[in-house]
This record gives sequence, structure tokens and C-alpha cells, in this order.
Amino acid sequence: MLGFHVVKRSKDATPWWIAWLIRIGAILLGALVCALVTVVLTGKDPIYVFTTMVNGAFGTERKLWSLLQGIAMLLCVSLAVTPAFKMKFWNIGAEGQALMGGLAAAACMMFIGESLPNWLMLLVMVVTSMLAGAIWAVIPALFKARWNTNETLFTLMMNYIAIQIVSYFICVYATGGSGKIDVINASSHIGWMPSIGGKAYLLNVIIVLALTVFMYVYLKYSKHGYEIAVVGESENTAKYIGIDVRKVIIRTMIISGLLCGLAGFLLVSGADHTISRDTIAGRGFTAIMVSWLAKFNPIVMILTSFLLVFFEKGSGQVSQICGLNASFSDVITGIIIFFIIGSEFFINFKIMKNEKEGK
Amino acid sequence: MNMLIQFIQRAVIQGTPLLFGSTGEILTEKSGHLNLGIPGIMYAGAISGVIGAFFYEDKVGAANINPLLAILIPLATSMLGSLLMGLIYCFLTVTLRANQNVTGLALTTFGVGLGNFFGGSLIKISGSDMPAITLSTTSKCFKTTLPFAESLGAFGKLFFSYSFLVYVAIIIAIVSSVILNRTRIGLHLRAVGENPATADAAGINVNRYKYFTTCIGSMIAGLGGLYYVMDYASGIWSNGGFGDRGWLAVAIVIFAIWRPNMAVPASILFGGLFIVYNYVSLPGMGIEAQELFKMLPYLVTLVVLIITSMREKRESQPPQSLGLSYFREER
Amino acid sequence: MAEVPAIELKNITKTFGPIVANKDVCLVANRGEVLSILGENGSGKTTLMNMISGIYYPDHGQIFIDGKEVEIKSPKDAFNYKIGMIHQHFKLVDVFTATENIVLGLKDEGRYNLKKSAAKIKAIADLYGFVLDPNKKIYDMSVSEKQTVEIIKVLYRGADILILDEPTAVLTPQETRRLFSVLTRMKADGKTIIIITHKLNEVMEISDRVSVLRKGEYIGTVLTKETSESALTEMMVGKKVELNIDRSEPQNPEDRLIVAGLNCENREGVKVLDNVSFTAKSGEILGVAGIAGSGQRELLEAIAGLQRLESGSIIYNNPKTKEQENLRNKTPIQIRELGVRLSFVPEDRLGMGLVGNMDLTDNMMLRSYKKGHTAFLERSKPKELAEQIVEELEVATPSISTPVRRLSGGNVQKVLVGREIAAAPTVFMAAYPVRGLDINSSYLIYNLLNQQKEKGVSVIFVGEDLDVLIALCDRIVVLSSGKVTGIVDARKTTKEEVGLLMTKTFGDAEGGEK
Repeated sequence: MLGFHVVKRSKDATPWWIAWLIRIGAILLGALVCALVTVVLTGKDPIYVFTTMVNGAFGTERKLWSLLQGIAMLLCVSLAVTPAFKMKFWNIGAEGQALMGGLAAAACMMFIGESLPNWLMLLVMVVTSMLAGAIWAVIPALFKARWNTNETLFTLMMNYIAIQIVSYFICVYATGGSGKIDVINASSHIGWMPSIGGKAYLLNVIIVLALTVFMYVYLKYSKHGYEIAVVGESENTAKYIGIDVRKVIIRTMIISGLLCGLAGFLLVSGADHTISRDTIAGRGFTAIMVSWLAKFNPIVMILTSFLLVFFEKGSGQVSQICGLNASFSDVITGIIIFFIIGSEFFINFKIMKNEKEGK
Repeated sequence: MNMLIQFIQRAVIQGTPLLFGSTGEILTEKSGHLNLGIPGIMYAGAISGVIGAFFYEDKVGAANINPLLAILIPLATSMLGSLLMGLIYCFLTVTLRANQNVTGLALTTFGVGLGNFFGGSLIKISGSDMPAITLSTTSKCFKTTLPFAESLGAFGKLFFSYSFLVYVAIIIAIVSSVILNRTRIGLHLRAVGENPATADAAGINVNRYKYFTTCIGSMIAGLGGLYYVMDYASGIWSNGGFGDRGWLAVAIVIFAIWRPNMAVPASILFGGLFIVYNYVSLPGMGIEAQELFKMLPYLVTLVVLIITSMREKRESQPPQSLGLSYFREER
Repeated sequence: MAEVPAIELKNITKTFGPIVANKDVCLVANRGEVLSILGENGSGKTTLMNMISGIYYPDHGQIFIDGKEVEIKSPKDAFNYKIGMIHQHFKLVDVFTATENIVLGLKDEGRYNLKKSAAKIKAIADLYGFVLDPNKKIYDMSVSEKQTVEIIKVLYRGADILILDEPTAVLTPQETRRLFSVLTRMKADGKTIIIITHKLNEVMEISDRVSVLRKGEYIGTVLTKETSESALTEMMVGKKVELNIDRSEPQNPEDRLIVAGLNCENREGVKVLDNVSFTAKSGEILGVAGIAGSGQRELLEAIAGLQRLESGSIIYNNPKTKEQENLRNKTPIQIRELGVRLSFVPEDRLGMGLVGNMDLTDNMMLRSYKKGHTAFLERSKPKELAEQIVEELEVATPSISTPVRRLSGGNVQKVLVGREIAAAPTVFMAAYPVRGLDINSSYLIYNLLNQQKEKGVSVIFVGEDLDVLIALCDRIVVLSSGKVTGIVDARKTTKEEVGLLMTKTFGDAEGGEK
């Protein structure tokens, strides 16, 4: 009757290259399904759809930069949430933490105005943004450490409190009756990230790349990173060797929040030059998937965030050209993620045929 | 007095989508699934209903609509849509044992995208000038209220003035409570969420319970989306209109400490908190204070979450294996 | 004999990855008898029984019930064949009442009525002399109450074949006697009872026949009345164990650790350490004996700084500075900073002593990662240490970058003990360090402990095998329900004396040294 049963691979792990083959296979399969969906919806042939996608992502220099900026921003938030996840602290509040960072940056630009030289202004903004993010992140950590309050639900609620604070801010300081804040310091460009060689996003990309290397080193080669790994693997072991688990939780969440705040700063100062409820645009949630799909490895996260942003931009182009709704890209992204999530099963488990079959 | 009655009425109407969502999520969480895909599922439920209604209205023309079919078709399509979402979640987390948080968040991305995509497409098909689909005829059928409500004065307004889905939501919540606490199925379900290994050893088919409950929970939550479009929004679908109500529903689960019957007053309270800014006017308070009032539901939830974690009362904790995959041969 | 056995297993094999838990096991149990499954820890008894009760699924082999071949794919199948298992780790839902737990999973009982069920439970309890409040929540219950719930659960279902996995490990002698009288009554009722144990005296007392497993293999079955404890031991361990542990005389013993008046309560407010006092000396091995859960774990964890104490003191005499330090309620880090070289091999190796997903090198670093003044890890010395341990203790591993979770139990323990010894301790504590290990690995561990002793280390050894405790240790502290019931000289004591102290339920805690 039951022809198969499932066995967890604990002692005989799948070789890494097979694991990657499975993952690539899953992505291809997901892409195939997406192509099918697109072909059904548009009636165009799949080759055309794919070339449109590639064009949408790499087609022009502007598109390429927009792709790079998209990757950099998603990667930045992903790097921020990674230390917490490695510690098995389910911080799904990156959205709020980054938004608070962005709010701090925007507030600096508006209130300090144009009285400071740009470099000093940027410095002030970085510091306040990172602090804002850290404060937003450390609150749930304190409660987790003291009363073991469920962090997933806590950080989730913090997101919406942050969003309401930003809404309030926008209401109070909206430009005219528009209900939103216009580009800040549009003429003086004070508090704007300088463009390098005419490339507005280059500095963002460089900062995030540096951050990636930093996070890789931090997690793999620093004492803090080691403590995070031990706490994540087994709290009992951590206590046994005398790691103060509460301290590590709080410290790691502060780091997580600092980086989220930085992401908020980069989005406001380096791209939008204003603040809105949608400044983070769901990256706080997408980052969780990026980080998890990369098995918390910062270098691999470049790949996973590229993948997600590529599909987002590519399917955006498809929807634009074929006259589909812009949310088409969310649907495509969802499908791809489902396939990658599902593929992990075939890496971590093996399916065995029951011996009794056929008797 | 009139204002108070009106406020309560509005709170109930605001709270109903939340009640559907939170009842669905409570049932789901009772089976050990922290389904963060609920917002996406509610979107999917809403748009599926809209699609059903749209094509029915389109086919027979707004004038010849059969009121019963106008209700049944969107209801069926809505439940089918959210059922499919629930199945995706279950297939990934139960059959393929994927991480629940990641799956749930992906489902929310997918569901919200799906809602806005089909919504946008329908707007295009209908050739409307406004960025919205208007299904006022269908909405009228959904909004049918009890005929004698008007004649009962304040009492009637408070209790009988709502459309049938409001009562359905309350009945589902109470029935869920009864099933959870007073039936064998409920006992088994709670065991699955608390301690799946024990439930398994007791001969309960853990995976089947997880599948069934999560799918039923999804369908209930999806009705919340449908209610929102057909009643609250008077049959007008606009992209993004549903907002963050899905996450509020997740918040109510905590506030109601995982009890569906508690979700009824909690939802009405949250509905009230959501609109209280319209009714409170303090000297010197401007329009911007609305946004701070909208924060209240989340703040209140946080307080409840913190208090329950401090009190450590066993009965008011989340199901013990919430968020964890279960695999029998694990050792 | 023409009688059809109630249950018969033929050539059952089960593997977990490369580990063979059961290999070609055959077993027969009849109606109206008590069959003991005897075997050491890790001999595959529980795995075998889990396959009968549907928790695991065999890789090969057949199961027959009443002569008919059956397939037991789930616990539900097992229920249908009227098989009920009482697990060692109770399978109960904490927030449920006894009644709710007992009726859990039952479907064909008519209307769901907890009151009616509670009455039926009361009747069963009264019939067999159990004391149980059907409406009590599990989290309010003691261990033996929980076991009562488990047993009634099986009886409530009218099981014909009962499997009990080490049921007496957590019981007091009185409770054990009561349990055995219940089992005798059920046997008279025509039920089949399979009892898993490694306690020989219980085997002799309760069972009709004994089947012996050794390292997952089926050794044989004998009638209890035709065998003896020594014959069974021989079947169980292969050959008659002459424990040839070299024991040297302690050299210049000095008081190293003076433990006085320790009191400790667990989370439920139950006293787990009750006025515990003893002295551990340098250059000796101090054994700690007691039935499972008598406070051994809490005692070692208290010394290691992992357990809060209500009162008492743990005075450490530093051999270098000659200073005295009180270790009570200090964290492991604070203890280390005081210059106390304390090594601890905990019972839960992969859950506490090591990190399963990390490789050997990173596991070596657990103790030393803080060394150095930079923010970065220094991996070269831990790597050398890992290589050294692999070589000296003959750890079987593909490489030092293999996650330790993939090693076998014995090799995991070598890695852990090797690391703890490398810290050059002055106090070395080990909890059940040979549990689940084969004879060779066990002897390797004994030798390592002896080497430490000869170096002047104060060794504290918590063990479960009395033969080993008596042959290895210099003195033995006996714990019973958190109290010290005696401290004996291992060279002069007997198994009987220690066994008696282990089950002593009252009496003074002073128990002077002999």
C-alpha cells in the first residue's frame, strides 16, 4: 500500500555538488512553471518571454544600475537579519527596523536642514539611522532575554508600530496637501549620497559589498560569530561553556538593528531622498527568504538576492511590455521561492522504497 | 448615544474581516502551524471571490442577477482560492517539511501579488476609468440584512443590522471554540499542536490533521477577504485596499490567547481601535493623530504578548510545537 | 508446542544511517506470560519495541500476530492489533488532564464524554490499586503519576500485548512492587507483557522467559526458572566480565573540593538536592551512585556553575595559590576566571558538551575560543588539538572537518573527553561517560580517568554500573532522592551494600565514612 517512506539524512549528508544540482534544478523547474504561466497569460512564446526578462534586468545601463541597486538594498537588509537567524532568533521585524532608520535619516535631512556640510550631515544621518534601527531591534530582544517573549510575534507587531509612526510623521510634515513628503533638499542635495563618476548608486553598491565581506568575516572568524553559532545550535551547550545567552541575544539584535538602520539610511539618502510608508518596500520580509535560502552564508546571499531581484525586474519588464499588472512580478517571485523552499526536502531527506513492496 | 451605537456598528463591521482571519489562524496555529501566509491568503480569498462575482455579473448582466447565485458563486470561488493557498502551505511545510516562517512569508508575497495582479487585470478588462472594480449588484446581495432590524430601534441596530457574513463569522468562531474544547476532534487537534509525537503515538494521523485544519483555517480566513470586498468596501476592489488587516488578524490570535470565542470581542475591539480616531476629538488634536490611534491595536497586542509571557500560565501560552515541523523517525 | 504465539518477530533489521540498531532479531511472546527483553544500554531493545508499536518501520523482516503476518506502519496499526507501549519518555500532552490524555486518539467510543471516560478511568484505577485524579493536569504531576497515566491509557484501550520500556527506572521500590503486582494480575488475565529492562533482579522476579539482545543482535531466549543472574549476564555482555581496571592507591590526597549542605529545588519546587555534603580529594576517583534522577545531574551542574542553589557552599582549594574559593552560584566563566580548572563531561554529549553540526576543530574551541586579545578566533591550536585527539584516542572520523554529529557514539565521547582532559583540569567530572559505548571504548575512558587521577586530579565519576563503580573508584557517594545516604570505601564495599543505600528512602544524610 504505502510504497515509500521518508528517512532523514543525518549521518549521510548529500554531497554539496548534488545539493547544488538539486537547487539549480528547482530554480529551473520554477522558471519553467513561471514561463508556462506567462505564456498562458500573454500568449507570447517562452523564448520571447525569457529574452524580455533578461532585457528587463540587463537591457540598458539604467536598468543594470537599477538591478544592482535593488540587489544591494535587498542584500543589505538580508545581511542585517542573518546574525539573528543564525542564532535562531526569528526576527521578522527588519521592515520596521529599517523603516525607523530611514525615518531618522529623513528627519535629519529635514530638521538639521542645510546648515551642515554634506559629509558631516551624512555622518550624523548614518549614526542616527543606525541607532534608530538598533533601538527598534533591541526592544524585542530584551523581552526575549528576560521573559522569553515570542520574538516572531513581537517583531511582527513592531513593524506596524513603526509604519504608523512614519505615517504620523508624514501627516505632520507632508508637503502642502499632498499627503506625502516630497524629495528633501532637492536643490542643495544636502544629505544625499554623493554619486561617483556620475553613477548615483555606485556608492551604495560599494558599501553593501564591503558589508557583505564584513558579515562573512564576522560570522565565520570572529568570537562573536562563534558565540552566535553556538547559541543557535544549542543553548545548553552555550550555557555549559559559560556563554551569557541573554547578552549574546541582545548584542546580536543590536547589530542586526544597526545594519537594518543602515539599510534605511541607504534607501533614503542614496535613492529615494524622502520617506514614505513604502520606503522599505517589503524588503524586510524578502530578506528573510534571501538569508534562509543562502543558508545564512553572506557570500551565497549575493546570489540569492540577485536571483530574486532578477526575477522581480525581469517579470516587471514582461508585465510592462505585455500589458500585465505590475504585481505580476510578486507572483513570479512567489513561485520561484516555493520551488527553492521545496527543493531543500530532497537534500535533507531521502525517500526509500519499502522492502515489502510486491510481496 | 446615537454616536456610540454607530461606533459599535462600525467597529463590528471593521472587526469582521479580522474575526474571519483570526479564527482561521487560531485553528491553524492549534495544529502547530504558524502560518504567516494569512495576509496573502485573505487577499487570495478576496480576489477569488471578486473573480467569481465579476464573471457572473459579466455573463448574465447586472439586471438579471439571481441573488442566491450572486452569493454562492463568489463564496465558492473565494473558498476555492484560499483552499489552494492552504494546500500550497501544507504541501511545503508538512509534506516537504519546509520552514514555516519562510513558507508563510513567501505565501504572503504570492497571495498579495496574486490579488493585485488579478485585480489589476480585471480593472483592465472592465475598462473602468477608476482604478477599481465595482461589483455593486453582488455587494447588494451580500449586504442583505434582516428586515425587522430597522423596527427594533437601537437594539436592532446593535444586533441585527449586519449582513449575514457577520453572523457567519461569529458562529464560525463560537463553533470552532466548541469543537476545540468539547469534541474529540478538537482534543486530537490540540494534541497535534502541543505535542505531535504524543499525538502520533496515540494513533492520530498528525499530517492529516495538519492538512485539514490548515486548509479549513485558510478558507475561513479567505472569507474575511471576501467580506471586506463585498460588504465593507461595498463591492469595490481596489489594489492594496485590504491593507495590513491580515497582520492585524495575526495580532488578534495573540490577544485572544488562542481562543476563537475570545476572538469575537477581540476583533470588535480591534475594529473599534482601528476607527476610534473618527470618534475621539481632543482639543488640539489634528488629523495626524489618526495615525497614532491606528497604532493602538498593535500596542495592545504587544502588551498582551508581554503579560502572557511574564505570567507563564500554561494555558495561555502558544501551542507548544508552534512553528516546528514534525517528522516521525527523527532521533 | 502447538500454541500459536501472541506475537512473533522474524529477522527484523533496522538501520539508522550507517548504524545498525537491530540485526536479524527474532522474538516470540505467548499469551499469559511475561517476557523480559534484556540488554545493556544501546543494545537495541527500545528500537525493536518501537517497531512493534509502529513508531519505527523495519528495513527488513516480518511480524506475526496470532500466527498471521501483519504490517505495522503506524501506532494506529499497533492499536488495532491491541499492542500498547509504555515509553520510557512519557508521551503525554502537558496541558491536558489525565482523562484527556487517556482518551486521546480513541475514535470508536461513542459520544465524546469526558465525565464518562473519567468514571471508567477511576474504575480501572481502583481495580488495580492505582491512585489517580482523572482531572489533574499532567504538568502538575509527579513522575510516577505520569507513569500511572501511561499504564492506564494502555489498559483503557484493552491492550492484549503490553510493552513496558524500563518502567522501574523512575519508580521507588514500593511503586515497583505495586507495578509488579499489577503485571501479575494482567498476566493471569491472559495478557502478553513484554518488559524491557537491564536490571537482572527484576528479570528474575517478574518474568517467565527472557530474551537477550546484545549490540542489536538477538542472542537467545531462556526460561527464567532455568537460568541464573550470572548466566544472563554472560548472555548480555558476551563473556563473563572480569573488570580488569587497574586501580592505584591515591597519592598524597588533599581536600580539593569541599561540598557542604547543598540544597536545590527544580522548577516545580521539588527538592532535587537535599543537604548534600562530601569532600572530593586530589588524586582519587570519587564515584557517585544512585538510581536515575536521584540528583546526580543537578549535583554536577551545581559544581560546574550551571545550577542555582538554594543554600550550601562549594569550597575549592586551589593547589597553586592555596587559596579557597566558594564556587556556589558562580557562572562557568567566573569559575574559570578564579583560576579553577574544572572539566565537565556532561551526560548529554551532543546536546550540551558538543555542538553536533560543528566540526572537530570548532568543537575543540568551545573551551578556548576566548583566548587571545583580538576579536577574532584563533583556529590553529584547536586544529592541532583535534588532530592530536584523533590520533591519540583513535577517533574514527573521515577528517577533523567532519561535523561531530556524524560520528558514532563512542567516537563522540572520545572527542568530548579528549577536549576536557586537554584543559589540564584539577577537578574532572564525568556523567555516565561510558553509556552506550562498546567495551573497548569504555576501557579507554577508564584508563583516561585513571591517568587523570595519577596526575593528582580530583575525579568525580557518576556511573550506573555498580561493578564499574566498585572496581574503578576509590570512594563512592551514594545518592537517593537528592540525599547522601552513604559514602563508602570502594575497596571494601559490596554491590549489595551500595544497592541498599541507593534505595534507602529515609534515614540520616550523615552516613559517615568507613
